[in-house]
Order: sequence, then structure tokens, then C-alpha cells
Amino acid sequence: MTTATTAATRPVPLSLDGRVSPGTTVRNVLTLAWRNLVQIKHNPMELIDLSIQPIMFVLLFAYVFGPAIGGTVQDYLPIVIPGIIAQNALFATMTTGFGLNVDVTKGVFDRLRSLPISRIAPLSGRMLADTVKQVWSMAVLLVIGFAIGFRVETGPLHLLAALALLLAFTALFAWASVYIGLAVSEPEKVQIFGFTIIFPITFLSSAFVPISPRAPEVLQFVMRNNPMTHLVEAVRGLLVGDQGGGPVAEHAAISLGWGVLMAAIFIPLSMRAFKRRI
Amino acid sequence: MTFAIEAEGLVKHFGETRALNGVDLTARTGSVLGVLGPNGAGKTTSVRVLATLIQPDEGQARVGGYDVVKDAHRVRQLIGLTGQYAGVDEMLTGTENLVLIGRLLGLRRAQARSRAAELLERFELTDARDRAAKTYSGGMRRRLDLAASLVGRPQILFLDEPTTGLDPRSRGGLWDIVRGLTDDGVTVLLTTQYLEEADQLADDIVVIDHGRVIARGTPDQLKTQAGGQMLEVRPVTAADHVTVARIVGELTGAQPEVRDGLVSAPLSDPAVMPAVVRRLDEAGVTVGELSLRKSSLDEVFFALTGHHAEEQQEAEDAQAESVKAGV
Ligand SMILES: Nc1ncnc2c1ncn2[C@@H]1O[C@H](COP(=O)(O)OP(=O)(O)OP(=O)(O)O)[C@@H](O)[C@H]1O
Ligand SMILES: [Mg+2]
Repeated sequence: MTTATTAATRPVPLSLDGRVSPGTTVRNVLTLAWRNLVQIKHNPMELIDLSIQPIMFVLLFAYVFGPAIGGTVQDYLPIVIPGIIAQNALFATMTTGFGLNVDVTKGVFDRLRSLPISRIAPLSGRMLADTVKQVWSMAVLLVIGFAIGFRVETGPLHLLAALALLLAFTALFAWASVYIGLAVSEPEKVQIFGFTIIFPITFLSSAFVPISPRAPEVLQFVMRNNPMTHLVEAVRGLLVGDQGGGPVAEHAAISLGWGVLMAAIFIPLSMRAFKRRI
Repeated sequence: MTFAIEAEGLVKHFGETRALNGVDLTARTGSVLGVLGPNGAGKTTSVRVLATLIQPDEGQARVGGYDVVKDAHRVRQLIGLTGQYAGVDEMLTGTENLVLIGRLLGLRRAQARSRAAELLERFELTDARDRAAKTYSGGMRRRLDLAASLVGRPQILFLDEPTTGLDPRSRGGLWDIVRGLTDDGVTVLLTTQYLEEADQLADDIVVIDHGRVIARGTPDQLKTQAGGQMLEVRPVTAADHVTVARIVGELTGAQPEVRDGLVSAPLSDPAVMPAVVRRLDEAGVTVGELSLRKSSLDEVFFALTGHHAEEQQEAEDAQAESVKAGV
């Protein structure tokens, strides 16, 4: 009897699991995605980042640049709304690297990796949460666009295809963000890097203005072959139909090709940075 | 006797740096092992290898009987880790932080909540449980971090400098918690720069410097090992300390240390005491204070590493400065 009691007070698991089951992996990923979303509750600034900033961009572009570029605000909306949606999605990928960097520098990553959870869960959970945030921002932009007169001219399936393309592209592009997040020493540097790289990428494209034939030849070449131009043309075509930008399927395929190339470069780089960092 | 932690010949490089250069250590099941060492000694690296966060380049380690590389997932089911940098999510509340860990460990929502409440109570964080951890003081964050490492009721706990930055009261509280855990049979590996802490808590101590274990034993054994006793002489005239240091050095055969006019040196043979008194008298030195006492752990540390524990940080800072200045 005594022995039984002693044994019961100190339960020693006789057989520990040797590895993580697929079911546990899914649960771990969902738990960590929840963690990254519930953070927003205590950090209203992030919600502002996710909502107010895109709204401001839409209003500024539509009403300040619109009359100058598209003739009227209404004429400019089909050009600028898809452009801003794509630009915003690209900027939003930086949250992945930012959050990752915070976790690594604050020691949260160590804590998570010391737990008997799936090895891929910490990053996958973050990426899943960031995808949810992407969808939120896109929805906000579509709603504000609708409020000022933007209309999806195609149909619900095309709309879904546009969102799917954006999410696929940003998921691939996010690996650059992961790499930056692991390579730089502080979270703020992720933002500085991200801004410095993404700003020119988005502005050297047809996101806000059609490529002008009066621009220098080199610039025209860069703008036409910028992956962002392909992404924007594809999204624009899917949302409002052909605006003279060329075949949608081709633009979509080329932009995804660029995404795959980025991932192929940055996944191995990230793995190396990860090994060096920890 | 069984060992909850066994490490043999651990080597770990970071580029040119040899963070670990053949570390051997063992911790008896249910005991507290204190890992003592100056900044950069390799304490954190050792903990990270044992907690399965990094793999050693050479050597092997078993935790709870499982290999930390080959059986890492099993090891993770036995351990708790409180790293050197508080591993709490600052954007989550105290409760959410603990619920997160509980859920990741496979507890159901209700179980995770009640476990969180229980730990928050125990660490006096109940009042702050619904506030984001970023609003916590350093000490509260440390306590939350420790609570997080206990959610899974680990059998083996790694604490990397758990009391750095805590006030004396919080430090004492943490010591009580560690003692309580060992009463329950938990094995604790604790790194620290505070000798007092190792003295208070540890059953065994290993001293690491430059990635190597340079001494090991119980706190008492270590104190005896470093010469056993300390001879201290304070001349009335401060200027005499040079003469005093020379005489003490000759007779003890050790390099005396002079601090604020007090000359001290480890002494292995108390029989030299009369000679010390005679020689000082011959040299015409008037002695204000002369004593023989057991070495403190700090002196052990000094004898072993060549610097005092608390001086280390200043030395590091000075070095960092000179590096910045391009010296
Ligand atoms: N990820 C890393 N990359 C490069 N060098 C590292 C890394 N981690 C540790 N080092 C180096 O290895 C050595 C041992 O570091 P470690 O963190 O283990 O020391 P420590 O004893 O914990 O010091 P402290 O008391 O300052 O925490 C140091 O020289 C450190 O600079
Ligand atoms: Mg350390």
C-alpha cells in the first residue's frame, strides 16, 4: 500500500512519445496562431496598422492623385484599389519577420522550442495568423473602396481567385521577411529593411499609375518586368476586368513564378540564418 | 545513485568562439546543481544544449536518461526551461501566457485555465493576471517566466540566471520555490553569477570558465579546496600595504590581493601565522587588524578564475568600450 502511494505521488511516465503526431502538429499550429491573433487585443496599435493605415492610403491616393492621374476619382478607383491592395499585402509580409525577430530576441522562441511540440509549429502558427491578418486587411480595403465607389466588375469567383493569388504570393514572399527577421538584430531593423526594399518595388510598378511611354526606357523596362507589376495586373484583371494590362493568367503565372523563385532563395537562407542565430 | 543530468565532453563552437570546450557535469536526481561562472563562461550554452535547443558539436548528454540529440522529443517532455531572457510573450496577459503553454502541452482549455490560475496564485501574480505582460515589472516577468516553465510539472528544471535583476525579497521568494521543488523530487540545474545563491541553494557546484569545468564539489568542499582559510592583514598605515603584501606573499606562497588597504591571501598551513606576526614586527609595520577565516565562495571564485564574480561585469563593459573605441 505504502509503495503504491509513493509511486502515485511521483508519476513517472513510463513510455514517452518518441515524436509528434500529425494531429498534435495541427493543434500546435492552431494554438500558436491563436496566440499571434489574441496579441492584437492588447496591442491596439497593430489593429491601426492593419486597418487605418490602408484606409488612409486609399483616401489619399484616390482624392489627391486621382483627379490628376485618372481624370476623376471614379475613373482612378479601378486602377488604385487593386494597386493598394497588392502594396498593402506586400508591406504586411514584414509582420512575419518582425514578430519572429521579437520572439527570438525576447527568448519566447527558446521557450517554445523547449516544449514537446511540433518543430514547424512556431513558424507555421505565425504564418497562419499573418494570413488571417492579410485577409482582414484586404477585406477592409475592399469595403472602404466600395464605400467610395469602387466595384468588383467580374464576379465572386474572380474575387476569390484574386485573394488566393495575393495570399499565395505573400506566403512565398514572406520567406524574405523570415530571413530578414532572423538576420537582423532588432525588430525595428526589420521594418527599416522592409520599408527600404518594398517601397521602391511597389512604386516602380503599375500599382498606382500606368507605365508611361514618356518614362526613360530603362525605367519602363524595370517597371514592366517588376513582379509587383505582374501581381497588380493579375489582381486588377481579376477584380475589374481587362484595363489594357494584358492577359490575366499570364500575369498571375509570372508573379507566382517570381514568388517561387524568392522562396527558393530565401528558404535555404533562412535555414542558415536560423542555425547561425540560435 | 541516479543522475537526472549527465553530460560528457560537450563541445560547441560559434564560428571562431569555442563556447564549450569539453564540459562534463552530472546532477543527482532530486538535487540542485549550481553552475557558476563569469560572463561568457558557457553557462547559457550548456543549458541550451541540455534543454535540446542546440546540438553539441562533440560529446553527449543525457537528461532523464534520454539522449538530448537522439531523443530530444522525449527529453522535452521531462524538462522545464527558464532561459536567461524572460521567455514570456509581452503582448499576452499572465493568464494567456500560461494557458498558451498548457494548451501546447496538450491540456484541455479548462485544465489549462485552472493550472494557470494555480500558478499565478503561487507566484503572487493573481492581481496582474489580466494585464499584458509588457506592463509587468522585471521581477513579475521573471516570476511569470518561472511559472511558465512549471506548467507541465517538469521533473527536471533548467534555470538560467533566474534571479538576475530581482530585488532581495523576490530573490528570497524564488529560493523558497526552488527548495519546494526539490522537496517534490524535481532536479534543478541553476546557473548563477551570485555565489551566495549557489551557496544557499546548490547541493553541488560546478565552476565553468572559458567553456571548461575548472572546479566541482559541494559548496564546503570548494571553500576548502581554494586554500581553506584566508589570512587578512590591515596595516594601520595604509602605505605599508606594499610591505605587508610582500611578506604575506613570501610566507603563504600565494599572490596576495590588496583591496581598500586590506591585504588578503589564501593560507593552507595555519602554522605560518607566528612567522607572519614576527616578520611584520621586524619590518616595523603596525598591524591594525589580523585575522584568519574560512574562504568565502567569492574567494574560491577568485582563486579559480582570477577575478571576482561581481567585477566581471565591469571588466566586460570596459572591454566592450575599448573594442568600440578601436583599441
Ligand atoms: N549564438 C551565438 N553566436 C555566437 N557566439 C555565441 C552565441 N552564443 C554564445 N556565444 C559565445 O559563446 C560564449 C559563451 O556564451 P554563453 O552565453 O554560454 O556564456 P554565459 O556563461 O551564459 O555568459 P553570461 O553570464 O553573460 O550569460 C561567449 O563568448 C559568447 O559570446
Ligand atoms: Mg548566460
